[in-house]
Amino acid sequence: MGDYDVDIIKELEQKADLIRHHVIDMTCEAGSGHPGGSLSSADIFTALFFQVMRHDPSYPQWDGRDRFVLSKGHCAPAYYAVLAESGYMPVDELWSLRKLGSRLQGHPSRTMLPYVEMSTGSLGQGLSVSNGLALAFKLDGSDSRVYCICGDGEMQSGQNWEAGMFAAHYGLDNITAFVDRNRLQIDGCTEDVMAIDPIADKWKAFGWHVIEIDGHDMIQILDACQEAIATEGRPTMVIAHTTKGKGVSFMEDNAGFHGKCCTPEERVQACKELEGCQ
Amino acid sequence: MKYMAQRDAYGDTLVRLGQHRKDLVVLDADLSGSTKTGKFAKACPDRFFNCGIAEQNMMSTAAGLAAGGKLVFASTFAVFATGRCWDQIRQSITYPDMNVKIVATHAGITVGGDGASHQCLEDLALMSSLPRMTVVVPTDAVETVKAIEAIAEHRGPCYVRMGRSKVPVLTDEDDPFEIGRATLLREGHDISLIGTGQMVAACMEAAESLAANGISAEVINMSTIKPLDTATIASSVASTGCVVTAEEHNIIGGLGSHVASFLVESCPVPMERIGVRDRFGESGEPEELLEKYGLTGHHVAEAAVRVIGRK
Repeated sequence: MGDYDVDIIKELEQKADLIRHHVIDMTCEAGSGHPGGSLSSADIFTALFFQVMRHDPSYPQWDGRDRFVLSKGHCAPAYYAVLAESGYMPVDELWSLRKLGSRLQGHPSRTMLPYVEMSTGSLGQGLSVSNGLALAFKLDGSDSRVYCICGDGEMQSGQNWEAGMFAAHYGLDNITAFVDRNRLQIDGCTEDVMAIDPIADKWKAFGWHVIEIDGHDMIQILDACQEAIATEGRPTMVIAHTTKGKGVSFMEDNAGFHGKCCTPEERVQACKELEGCQ
Repeated sequence: MKYMAQRDAYGDTLVRLGQHRKDLVVLDADLSGSTKTGKFAKACPDRFFNCGIAEQNMMSTAAGLAAGGKLVFASTFAVFATGRCWDQIRQSITYPDMNVKIVATHAGITVGGDGASHQCLEDLALMSSLPRMTVVVPTDAVETVKAIEAIAEHRGPCYVRMGRSKVPVLTDEDDPFEIGRATLLREGHDISLIGTGQMVAACMEAAESLAANGISAEVINMSTIKPLDTATIASSVASTGCVVTAEEHNIIGGLGSHVASFLVESCPVPMERIGVRDRFGESGEPEELLEKYGLTGHHVAEAAVRVIGRK
């Protein structure tokens, strides 16, 4: 759909790998964290923060900015990495993740790190928060949008469906939400733990505009965001099919890396693979 | 004595505030006729959003609206406002310190016929255990107006508790109201009766009957549970030397617990708590339930006599 400059796409892809590299380094320095889902959503994060969203790191509280809500708060490493690479904070601060006194809490905290629009971590609440932000924009006549990344396991939480009804009922077409459909959650495959499919049909039935994409294809991510902006009267849910642990061979499709960092040896291997991509 | 429903005062105050506070947005969960937010819905339809029977979404949506710069009031019955969505309040409202006002009606056993499922006796415990939360329990309709105005001006999460019934008007329009400040309704020197919500009226009734027996009771209206006005408690017990607390709530985690915690750490005195003694309620007329569960003026007076005997 979109006609993108090849260099821009290449740059975004390289940026996504840099974000992945940061995720590995941050979680290894912290000794804990959630690399799997951070890696699967890294391309979406990159597209949003470096191409799609309207924001200004030199003026973080700018009223006209788009808002980002990380509903799956455990993927904070990827969030912090794009904030740092955008210029909101020094990259060196990333290594303070999960350490005592750090602004980079294990899950994002609005009061600790002011660039975080909403504290998250307890799953299932981000879409509702997005509803509130989107409603505030409508009341103010603002054309700002709300971007929200949800996990796929998170779809098991009933509040998402309350939020889904609300957003459709009030015609919140200024919401672009993503389901990072990596098919894995802590206890295993989503379809074994508690099936969420047919997830696209469910969101369609709830009155949302639904787009299915390869969540690692930068052009498809950008196209989906454009399509969402052009969609009137309905919120948009992008079902982004992804691979958990994407970019690191031994982490890919491995539920064991949902909430566990690499060993020092694995870290060397992971960084080598990610540097090879760049 | 004049009787008025606090929730009517709440609805009217929202309408009045909404006229000049254009940032005021009100949410309800299919109970706007009962909570009286329906009055605001009628006056300012573009700033009222019914969330349906989905309280969890309502609370997190309220947080999002606050993040978008709005002054948000979210209302439903106390049992749903605090119990059904405690995690949403914790994670999306108090932890991120959002300017959301949760105003609950139908708290306590005087909900009556609906029975225990709807008689919330745990909300003060649930809300006061959350860091950053302010917890206000106005005693009557007149004080409700001032409490709603005060929380609208206060920056940060607030919980306001009201009942369903019409309750006696004890305060005057000219009486000062401040969040975190108790008021002395009657001076005395033998015992401090500290009440909250509609139990302040029971304390006043008890003080009258105690006076007839030569006992001078001081009555304090503890209209804020958190932050607790410890200075007023300390100064009262310094002269009376004993306390009875009274609340339409479980004795665990409510006014009595908070007052006891303060006194034990600073100036222990004989004390008794009037409240529901760790039970669920049941269906019945409000007056029948108050009598059965030990929440009337004579229960307060009897406790006062016992406590004075322990001095």
